[in-house]
Amino acid sequence: MTSSQLATRLAPRDRTLALLGGEATDANLRRYLHGIPGIDAVGLEQRAADLGSRSIKTTSKKWALDTIIRLIDLTTLEGADTRGKVRSLVGKALTPDAGDPDCPRVAAVCVYGDMVPHAVEALGSAHAAGTGDGIAVAAVATAFPSGRASLAVKLADTADAVAAGADEIDMVIDRGAFLSGHYGLVFDEIVAVKEACRRPDGSHAHLKVILETGELNTYDNVRRASWLAILAGGDFIKTSTGKVAPAATLPVTLSMLEVVRDWHRLTGEKIGVKPAGGIRTSKDAIKYLVTVAETVGEEWLQPHLFRFGASSLLNDVLLQRQKMTTGHYSGPDYVTID
Amino acid sequence: MNFLDYAPAPESQAILNLRSDYGLFIDGEFVAGRGTPFQTIDPATEKRIAMIANANTADVDAAVAAARRAYTGAWSRLSGSDRGKYLFRIARLVQERARELAVAESLDNGKPIKESRDVDVPLVAAWFFYYAGWADKLDHAGLGPNPASLGVAAQVIPWNFPLLMLAWKIAPALAAGNTVVLKPAETTSLTALLFAEILQQADLPPGVVNIITGAGDTGQALVNHPDVNKVAFTGSTAVGRAIARSVAGTDKKLTLELGGKAANIVFDDAPIDQAIEGIVNGIFFNQGHVCCAGSRLLVQESIHDEVIDRLKDRISTLRLGDPLDKNTDIGAINSADQLRRITELTAMGEQEGAERWSADCAIPENGFWFAPTIFTNVSTSHRIARDEIFGPVLSVLTFRTPAEAIAKANNTPYGLSAGIWTDKGSRILAVADKLRAGVIWANTFNRFDPASPFGGYKESGYGREGGRPGLAAYLKPAPSLKPAASLKPAPRRPRAVRAPDATAAPAVSARKKAAK
Repeated sequence: MTSSQLATRLAPRDRTLALLGGEATDANLRRYLHGIPGIDAVGLEQRAADLGSRSIKTTSKKWALDTIIRLIDLTTLEGADTRGKVRSLVGKALTPDAGDPDCPRVAAVCVYGDMVPHAVEALGSAHAAGTGDGIAVAAVATAFPSGRASLAVKLADTADAVAAGADEIDMVIDRGAFLSGHYGLVFDEIVAVKEACRRPDGSHAHLKVILETGELNTYDNVRRASWLAILAGGDFIKTSTGKVAPAATLPVTLSMLEVVRDWHRLTGEKIGVKPAGGIRTSKDAIKYLVTVAETVGEEWLQPHLFRFGASSLLNDVLLQRQKMTTGHYSGPDYVTID
Repeated sequence: MNFLDYAPAPESQAILNLRSDYGLFIDGEFVAGRGTPFQTIDPATEKRIAMIANANTADVDAAVAAARRAYTGAWSRLSGSDRGKYLFRIARLVQERARELAVAESLDNGKPIKESRDVDVPLVAAWFFYYAGWADKLDHAGLGPNPASLGVAAQVIPWNFPLLMLAWKIAPALAAGNTVVLKPAETTSLTALLFAEILQQADLPPGVVNIITGAGDTGQALVNHPDVNKVAFTGSTAVGRAIARSVAGTDKKLTLELGGKAANIVFDDAPIDQAIEGIVNGIFFNQGHVCCAGSRLLVQESIHDEVIDRLKDRISTLRLGDPLDKNTDIGAINSADQLRRITELTAMGEQEGAERWSADCAIPENGFWFAPTIFTNVSTSHRIARDEIFGPVLSVLTFRTPAEAIAKANNTPYGLSAGIWTDKGSRILAVADKLRAGVIWANTFNRFDPASPFGGYKESGYGREGGRPGLAAYLKPAPSLKPAASLKPAPRRPRAVRAPDATAAPAVSARKKAAK
C-alpha cells in the first residue's frame, strides 16, 4: 500500500484498516495511538513561546491582518441567538469594515443548526463555499457543545443542518468515550457523522471535528484525539467549542499542527486546523499564523486549511488594519458591532 | 507575497551611546592604555564599532594594585549586607539598561538579538540578584562559619557570552568579598566596558572591579601577576592548560571552565518533536559558540532516518542573517579566525568520509557566516566527532543500546555537558548516573540558572560556577585560630567540641567590627 493510495483511494474505514492492520477496535486503536511518540509539555510550550516571539512588521503585518480576516469563522453560538442576531452577524461578515470596501470578507459564519436557514437567507447570493468572495455557512452539530446525546440524535442534528444548507459541520467528539478508552466508539461516531454530511448529489459538507482540548487535559491526549479524528475522516481538526476553558491555546494548536504535518508526510493529504475560542487580539492571531507557516508551511494559510473560530477578534484586526493605513489608533466606535 | 519572508524587523541602535575610543577601567576611572589600541568590529558587517585600549604589563600592574588597595581598604571589611546592596544595585541597573546591553552585545558579538535580549541579559541580571542574596549568608556557603575571601581575583573570559561570562565571574567574587581584575576577550570587549559605566552609576568603590582590555598577552600577564590570589578562566582547553601550568606551584586558587564535546542522546521513545527542537537548540543556539553545545548527536539507530529527515526540515526554517533583526535565528560567526577554524574542521569531516548537509540559506556578502550544517555517517574516530568545532556544526552518530550510548557519550576527553531524550523517567536517572559530564539535561538543553552549578569533568576543566559551589570557589575556611591554649600539647580529646568555640567568638567580633 503506497501512501497516496492510503489518502485517496480508500474510505476512512479501509484506510484505517490498512494502517492498524485490523478493525478499528478499542484495542487496535489503542495500540496505534499509544505507539505515537509522546509530547514533552515543557518543550512544546517553549517552542510555542518561541514562535510567539516572532516580530511581524510593516508589509508582513498588513498581509497577516488581511489573511486573518479571510480565515475567520465569524461565530455566534448563544442560547439567545435569533434571526435578527444572525442577520446582523451575516451583515458584519459581508462588510467587515464599513469604511473600507477593499476589506476582505471572512471565510464563514458559524451558527447553531436551527439558525442555518436564517444565515443562508441573509447571505443570499454571497453564500458560496470555497470561492473567492463567497461566505460559507458552518453549523455546530452533534448535541454541541457537550455531545451528550444518542448517536441517532447526533446524526439527525447533522443531517438537518446539511439539508438546511450548511456547507460545514462542526461536530464534537464524545470526550467521555475518549477518556475512558473507548476509541472505537469515538471513531465510529465520526465516521457516521461524516456519512450524515453527505448530500443527495454525493458531495458532502466539510467536517470539522472538535476535540474540546480543554477537557482532554494532556497534550498526549490531544495528539491521540487528533490522529483519531483524522483517521476517521475529519476534514478539519478543531480545538474547542468555546464553552470550556481553556479553549484554544498556542501550544495545543501547535501540537495539532504537528499531527497534520505528520499525516501529510505519511499520506500526502492535507487536513485543516481550527483553533477556536479565546483568540481575541490581532497580536495573538498573528502568533497563530507564524506557527502555522513555520510548522506545516504557509500553504496552510488558506480558508480550506486553516480557520479561526472567533467573534471579537475581527474588530481588533480591523482596528489594527485602520491603524496601519491612517497611522493612528481609532477606537471601538469606529468599527461596527454585529 | 511570501509570508515567511518576514519583513525586516531590526532592533534600533539609537539606544546606544557609544564612544569612539574606550580606555581601561582602573580604580573607578577610564584611563588610557599603554599598549597599541585595537579596533572591535561588528562581525556581521566587518565595520569598526570602536577603538579599544590595549593593556600592557604596566597597566596590568596598575589594575592589580588598584584591586589590592580596594581589597585591603574598604571592600574586604564591608559587611556582607552592604556588599549585597551594591550587587542588587548592579542587577537593577542591568535590568534598566537591558535593551542597550542586548543591542551592544549583538552588535559586537554577532549573536541574534532575540538571544541577547531573552537569554544573555536576563541571565546577567539573575546572576547578580542571586549572588547579591548570598553576600550576607556566607556562613552557609559550606565552608563553616565566617569564611574568608581570597583577595584579588584575576578573571579572563571568552567571547561567546561576553556579558554573561562577566556576570558568572564578577557576581560570586564580589559577594564573597574579593576584588576583581577582569579581562574580556579581545573581540568582545564592548559590553564589559558598558558594564564599567554601570559600576560607576552604582557607585561601586573604586578598584573593586577593574576591567582591562587586550589580547592573549594581557591575559597572560594578569594571571601570572604575583599579587593575584585567585585565577578564574573560561575559554579553550589549550589556554586553560597553559594557565594551569603557570599557576602550578603558586598559592593561587584556580578554576577552569574549558571546552566540551557534549553528547545529546536521543532514545527511540523520545518525544520526537521536542527532541528535534532540543537538538537544534543544543547546537545552533548562539551559532554553536557554546562550550556546552550538544555537538555530538547520539541517536538510536532505529529512528535515525526519521530524526535526520525531521531535523533537516526544521533546520531549513532557521533564519540566518542580521543579528539585530528580531527574527534572526542564526547570527554571525564572531571572528574571521573562528570562521576559518570551523571551515577547516568541516572540510576535514568531508575528507574523512562523513556526509555533509548544509541548510540552503543565503549568506550575506560581508561579515562572517556559516550555514547550519550536519554531518551523518560520522564515526567516533573522526575529528569532527572528537574536536570541539565551536560552530553551527552537528555530528550525528548512532547507537543500539543504552550501554552503547553511555560508552560513546563518555568516549571523549571532555565532560562538560550531556543531554538525554526519552519519555521514560527511570532511564533518564539510570543513564545520567553513568554519564561523566558536569551538567546533564533531560528532555531539554542549554538551560541555565544561577542556582545551578556548572562545570566540567576531565579536559573540560575543574571547579564549579553558579550556585553554592560557585560561591565557595571564591572563599576559604575561616583562618584557623591558634590561641596559646591550643599550642599546649595536653588535652587533645575535646577538639571537636572546642573548635566551634574557638571560631565562634572571633566571628562575632569580626562582624561587630564590620558593622562599625
